[in-house]
Amino acid sequence: MNKTIITVVGKDAVGIIAKVCTYLANNHVNVEDISQTIVQGYFNMMMIVDTGRCTKPFSDMVTELENLGDEIGVKIRCQREDIFTKMHRI
Amino acid sequence: MINIFEVNETINMIEQEQLDVRTITLGISLLDCCDADLDLLNQKIYAKITRLAKDLVQTGKEIELEYGIPIVNKRISVTPVALVAGPACFSIEDCVSVARTLDKAAADTGVNFIGGYSAIVSKGMTRTDELLIRSIPLALSLTERVCSSVNIGSTKTGINMDAVRLMGEIIRKTAEATKEQNSLGCAKLVVFCNAPDDNPFMAGAFHGVSEADAVIHVGVSGPGVVKHALETVRGRDFEVLCETVKKTAFKVTRVGQLVAQVASERLSIPFGIVDLSLAPTPSVGDSVAEILEEMGLESVGAPGTTAALALLNDQVKKGGVMASSFVGGLSGAFIPVSEDQGMIDAVIRGALTIEKLEAMTCVCSVGLDMIAIPGDTPASTISGIIADEAAIGMINQKTTAVRLIPVIGKDVGDNVEFGGLLGHAPVQRVNTFDCSEFINRGGRIPAPIHSFKN
Repeated sequence: MNKTIITVVGKDAVGIIAKVCTYLANNHVNVEDISQTIVQGYFNMMMIVDTGRCTKPFSDMVTELENLGDEIGVKIRCQREDIFTKMHRI
Repeated sequence: MINIFEVNETINMIEQEQLDVRTITLGISLLDCCDADLDLLNQKIYAKITRLAKDLVQTGKEIELEYGIPIVNKRISVTPVALVAGPACFSIEDCVSVARTLDKAAADTGVNFIGGYSAIVSKGMTRTDELLIRSIPLALSLTERVCSSVNIGSTKTGINMDAVRLMGEIIRKTAEATKEQNSLGCAKLVVFCNAPDDNPFMAGAFHGVSEADAVIHVGVSGPGVVKHALETVRGRDFEVLCETVKKTAFKVTRVGQLVAQVASERLSIPFGIVDLSLAPTPSVGDSVAEILEEMGLESVGAPGTTAALALLNDQVKKGGVMASSFVGGLSGAFIPVSEDQGMIDAVIRGALTIEKLEAMTCVCSVGLDMIAIPGDTPASTISGIIADEAAIGMINQKTTAVRLIPVIGKDVGDNVEFGGLLGHAPVQRVNTFDCSEFINRGGRIPAPIHSFKN
């Protein structure tokens, strides 16, 4: 299992989650958890996904999600989960 | 499971507060490159460095992309060249040929600095040590990426005052040899007391003889993160202040530990240490001085500065030590002048002098760092400053260092631009009373007593 954290930050709009999830489904990435909140009027979403069955190199996914974010007008980051768990869990 | 607030905190640290991994440094032993033939020595050195470091930069970039954490520098440190140059080098030019080889290997592997054009002379100098030291001005003027360091003393051996005298002259000559670039060569030359074997930070990095054939060291940074954390506890007491620094240092160091492990695994090179230093850069919000000011000082340099720095340095170590399985290098808070906008501002407003900086080096992680001084400062005065700094290190069992830049043609008040991470600095006043008779005595200062501590 390769857990990855995808975060989306930007102005709220119709279809953000749909577009991100479509991209993930097309690449065999399973969404395990979604949480979202509004921070200072901005849409803020975090997904925990499993990229274990994704056939693409991780770096391609990072770039493609970033480009998808540019199209929708939001910032999409895709980072391996370790950086967060190492920092916040002993 | 990780939650959205923790994720946001990490992302903010990286994007707003300039958390980064300052360097992945690959330490390479050159001991097996020894040869009596100079050409063969150079060939072996080049071949070994380029073989082991060929994937270093690419691996660093991949980790950066996958984990979303900037890795600012990828660097190489090698065995002090004076230890391997002996059989083949009989002139300054011979030594410089090795520096050129290091420079080429660094350029071809894509790293921005290579450290280890060094000599360890804390008790005495061999023929090669002295030759290498005398070759430093030429070597640094003819190369771009080579960094040099000389260890002139230690708590166990005392201070080699012959080497201290020589280094005053060498710093001046290096300044002269690179005067067209604001004496930039001196920014790549560090004089140490108690130099660590596993320091990943430049310009003082070298791969000590106690190290394995090749190791990965990682230097983390994050003054902006600490400063931001302290903004949330304004007016609270010292217990809260210290706890906040400690917790933040823990988080920062965990990132370094992760990057070090991943890099070590991918490069199939053992993990050495994480150096948990707060290393400032000239950009706003990435300053150690600002942390001290956030604690309640009007300006760094004000009374209270040494105490503030002492607690910062200690809490950074305490937080970091728990976060990493192996902590090493210099670990603490760096206080370079030209690389820290807060320090530069303090010098300009007259709040920070070399004497106060010297006091601060008793409790910071290294020493007098990146300080521009008048170009006509005599070699004996530079040696005097080195001797003072080395004495602080020797007596207090800590690493101290001097990286002074006598900028040829510049005087007190002039501003000097070094460029990039090296920043810019106002030329600072140096005490002009003479110490040449003291420096010219020659010989050694014996090792200090380890009892009767007062």
